[in-house]
Amino acid sequence: MKIFVKYLFLFLLFFSLRSFAQPEIPKVTQWANDFTNTLSPTEIQSLNRELRTFFDSTSTQIVFAMISSLDGYPIEYYTHEFATKNKIGTKENNNGILFLVVKKDQKMRIEVGYGLEGALPDAVSNSILRNEVRPHFRNNNFYAGVKAGIDAIKAATVGEYKIKRKKDSDKDDKFGGIIFFIIMMILFMSLFGRRRGVVFFPGGFGGGGFGSRGGFGGFGGGSSGGGFGGFSGGGGSFGGGGASGSW
Amino acid sequence: MATKGTMIGCGVAGVIGVIVLILFFWGLGVYNGLVTKNEQVNQTWSQVENQYQRRADLIPNLVNTVKGYANFEKEVLTQVTEARASVSQIRATPELLNDPQAFERFQNAQANLSGALSRLLVTVENYPELKANENFLQLQAQLEGTENRITVERRTFNNAVQDYNTTVKRFPAAMFAGIFGFNEKPYFRATTPNAETAPRVEF
Repeated sequence: MKIFVKYLFLFLLFFSLRSFAQPEIPKVTQWANDFTNTLSPTEIQSLNRELRTFFDSTSTQIVFAMISSLDGYPIEYYTHEFATKNKIGTKENNNGILFLVVKKDQKMRIEVGYGLEGALPDAVSNSILRNEVRPHFRNNNFYAGVKAGIDAIKAATVGEYKIKRKKDSDKDDKFGGIIFFIIMMILFMSLFGRRRGVVFFPGGFGGGGFGSRGGFGGFGGGSSGGGFGGFSGGGGSFGGGGASGSW
Repeated sequence: MATKGTMIGCGVAGVIGVIVLILFFWGLGVYNGLVTKNEQVNQTWSQVENQYQRRADLIPNLVNTVKGYANFEKEVLTQVTEARASVSQIRATPELLNDPQAFERFQNAQANLSGALSRLLVTVENYPELKANENFLQLQAQLEGTENRITVERRTFNNAVQDYNTTVKRFPAAMFAGIFGFNEKPYFRATTPNAETAPRVEF
């Protein structure tokens, strides 16, 4: 009987947590995501590039998303689930941030990963929403508001972490190594070839200038297809830090 | 004949030995699993505790800021201060988790404090100049953030406890979990309908 009551209680707890119709949580592949078609493609692209550049130079992942409505579901739950599901931030630093705007509900929230709670405390997140974003949103100028918010978040978190993307640089090294090996092979063959009278590359390789490793860096960018890469989560976790606001 | 009997005896002993060995390592595995899950619960519990502590630390500042405002309801402030005092009397050690009654007391004290705090925030609605005070707004943001963190950590804790309790109560481990002191642990429950949502004040 006791056990029955216990299970009944658990059952009720389970349902009380899910009594709201939980909105679908999207798996994002871009840094800036607008599911309401409010921002123009150019604006989205510009935000995407800005956030990607910030990630490249600081390793901090800031993801922006705008949705229409939560239908009464608490925004704090949604952003936490969104951020956790998309694994925003790197695993070692937990330096992810989600900036969510719920257009129809006129609500917004900055969800801050564990590793950035020091650089971006709740009071600062709150102040960003109140003083930077809200005035623009009240004028129906969404792009300006989002841009101001992102700029303020960047200003607060820049310098907190340095780039140490070990995995990526390992990959680059490997690619670089393979390319280097192939070039050496060709060079070698052409040298030997010449000795035997078969000329692979008549011009030789003297002026190639492949000595700098920077030259190979472009390969990584190319492999991700296009000018800048999309977003993919690094495994950061969130403890409910951040602030919510409205306009 | 005797040698054949010895051989059978040895064989049986060998089989029994192997079975005992298998049982021993299997038990070891189950035991270690329990230890890991128990640690998981303790670890998530310390996070819950941190956040509650953080909330308690914010209160003196909040009370001082609000106190400065002319004829702010003294009663509301007293309730908050008292609730905080009773919370700090209960030490939130992991041992608390093995004592359902103490856990219940801890939970009630924290719920009291939550209630007193949300009454305070509702009362503030009547003081426009307080709501415009940047210092107060920051404290409020910190408080809301902490309440939200408490919610998150409580959920993480409940999940860890659920995982642990399931293991303790399920068949293989249930046979000897009690002997080694692995007892069921209590959950956090939602005390009021809105206890899982942080108190919100629109501004």
